[in-house]
Amino acid sequence: MSEVTTQNKNNTEEIDYIELDQIIENKFNGDRENLIMILQAIQRRYNYLPKATLLYVSEKLDIPYSKIYEVGTFYSTFSLKPRGKNIISVCLGTACHVRGGGQIQSQIEHALDIKDGETTSDMRYTLESVRCIGCCSLGPVIKINEDVHGRIKSDEIKSVLNKYE
Amino acid sequence: MNIQSVKNLEKIKKEYRLKLNLPDTVKVNIGMASCGIAAGARESFDTAEQKFSQNKDIEICQTGCLGYCEVEPLVEILSRNKPRILYKNVTKDKIVDVINAYTNNDFSDKKIKNLILGQIKDPRSILEDDMDNPQEKVEPVEGISFLEEIPFFKGQVKIALRNCGYINPDSIEEYFARQGYIAFLNALKENKPGDIITTVKESGLRGRGGGGFPTGIKWASCAKYDGERAVICNADEGDPGAYMDRSILEGDPHTIIEGMLIAGLAIGSSSGFIYVRNEYPLAVKRLVNAIKQATAYGLLGDNIAGSDFSFKIKISTGAGAFVCGESTALMASLEGKVGRPRAKYVHTVEKGFRDQPSNLNNVETYANIPAILLKGAAWYAGFGTDNSKGTKAFSLVGKVKNTGLIEVPMGVSLRDIVFNMGQGVPGKKEFKAVQTGGPSGGCIPETLMDTPVDYSQLAQVGSIMGSGGMIVMDQNTCMVDVARYFLDFLKDESCGQCNPCREGIKQSLDILTAICEGNGKEGDIEILEELGSMIKNFSLCGLGTSAPNPVLTTIKYFREEYESHIIDKKCKAGVCKNLFYYEIDKDVCTGCTVCARKCPQNAITGDKKEPHILEQDKCIKCGICYDACKFNAIVIK
Repeated sequence: MSEVTTQNKNNTEEIDYIELDQIIENKFNGDRENLIMILQAIQRRYNYLPKATLLYVSEKLDIPYSKIYEVGTFYSTFSLKPRGKNIISVCLGTACHVRGGGQIQSQIEHALDIKDGETTSDMRYTLESVRCIGCCSLGPVIKINEDVHGRIKSDEIKSVLNKYE
Repeated sequence: MNIQSVKNLEKIKKEYRLKLNLPDTVKVNIGMASCGIAAGARESFDTAEQKFSQNKDIEICQTGCLGYCEVEPLVEILSRNKPRILYKNVTKDKIVDVINAYTNNDFSDKKIKNLILGQIKDPRSILEDDMDNPQEKVEPVEGISFLEEIPFFKGQVKIALRNCGYINPDSIEEYFARQGYIAFLNALKENKPGDIITTVKESGLRGRGGGGFPTGIKWASCAKYDGERAVICNADEGDPGAYMDRSILEGDPHTIIEGMLIAGLAIGSSSGFIYVRNEYPLAVKRLVNAIKQATAYGLLGDNIAGSDFSFKIKISTGAGAFVCGESTALMASLEGKVGRPRAKYVHTVEKGFRDQPSNLNNVETYANIPAILLKGAAWYAGFGTDNSKGTKAFSLVGKVKNTGLIEVPMGVSLRDIVFNMGQGVPGKKEFKAVQTGGPSGGCIPETLMDTPVDYSQLAQVGSIMGSGGMIVMDQNTCMVDVARYFLDFLKDESCGQCNPCREGIKQSLDILTAICEGNGKEGDIEILEELGSMIKNFSLCGLGTSAPNPVLTTIKYFREEYESHIIDKKCKAGVCKNLFYYEIDKDVCTGCTVCARKCPQNAITGDKKEPHILEQDKCIKCGICYDACKFNAIVIK
């Protein structure tokens, strides 16, 4: 784990349990089979999976915490650490790779002084690599939050990043 | 309104066929799949809508992706008794001019003409032979080629992708207009489940997700086992470089629902599940909408069309795990667990999801089903080769001029696809290889480009059909790095429960990384081959047994590249940073100063119109100068 992320208020996140209850019970019928989607909903709400929410899900669905932790760490979209305000996903699918996706990734790492999976100390950006977002014709592609930037060039990176406060 | 029979559909079909093909207005179709939106289609759509919101004669509509992603945003404009024109690269600054030019019948203005891709000769889908070509009597515009005749589209036969780019994916009525749900309703009223299975068997359709198992046989064996059978759609398109399924999900979601309904009918199941990637939010949105619409028309739910057949579909989203494309892992994930494959002594058709008989097919497979039922097994089997029937969609990407999605009859050669439809490698670069089958596939060199797309022939050259990713590589692609790239991918994606896959991939990756960093030793190639055969023979699931393919095929066809990395310590492609350097060719450099201005390290110096010099100590080999130089004066040494 990087320096920058450990400084964060990891365990002080305020959890709205009533809302959490609604996600589990109303939206997903308290059904264990919906565990992955419940965790996705929680991550959408908090930007990561706070430990307290996982413990609560464990209680509600009567699934051991170890199993929930297993799911939370097995799938690559989940993060157990707080993430930045803007999520930069660098596509490293094959098409992007052969068109220089790796170069783009190292340029971003260089520009933000963080490595893959890390968050800047001001919590502005988190850098994540993803394997193919299906926009292969536009490679190399980066996705910032929900915006896809296709055919990105090395010298455009700084100006694109600056658009995201 | 509850649809009771095909007859009920006729009225809607007729009305919407007019709207789709012979509109009274000027209809502007903007391709709004993820790829189009990324290229700026949303902005074009908003601009057009704002500009023409008061104009009742102009209708701005969304469609899926026509496949020619290279020149998106794609916009098609049509009107009754007028030619249907497809425009390319229509960004927000151009959309208003393009629409105005069309309404003024202006097809010759130079600026506009440059944006015209072609005119459509016949917009009907392959299933619409029950009506006349709506463009039949329209006088074509002189000097504009027909879309069907330009290289990218010529030779394509669209069955699975038949509606993508032609209808609004959020409109079930437009799907009805293109013969939607007729195959299902016919089957519901007239066919016995056994007849449906026989038709699918006779069509020769094989799984389009990669494995290529005959669909009809899978259905028949699932129908044999008692229990609460499940119909599952694998929309977890995890192969990097493949996006056919995304395009179908985003462009024609109802065809998947119809395919699943037919499967439900055939095997006797009332519950369907779609497992879709979390990375495809737009696909999820359009599927949810499609399910709501089908339910409102009574095509999903209890007692469909007054019969005793009931069917419901639930959507589950994956969470980023490539291994979940494997059937047993996918079913575990559907149950909310981690996606670890299990040994298949007992097949999933007998005991799969919730330990019940489960039938799993992928998106493209389901998309073919309605067409097969409507037109018959013999018609479908008329396309393709002896053991590979029908058509296959491919995503043609990487170092190729025309990137995009194509659908071709099986048996077409790789050369035809890459050099004819794709128009080869851009720039003056040399073609090196084409990679098919994703991380489980292999790299096919120039000498084998006459290989046809056919399950067994691709296997013979060491690759696989896979789900349809086709990544073109040129002289600047390092094959050792490609092998390293795939193993790095697979190392992350291996679920880790069996030794050969977990440790074998890790060891192979370590060796490949060492080679790429300049630390390769003699004998490494042989160890890689030995490890490869071990992983292949002893892994638990398909991920492991196919994992060595990228390594083995690159060694087989590009051994000299491995050797030059290991012995000469050279990467001629200019990818492995320790094994090459850039130099400026004094004789070619014109002193235009572009590289010097772009270099982030200020490593390039020189006077205007004089050859520049690159200081090796400062160079970080980022490649910006190499890409920027228009004169090919920067060379890889």
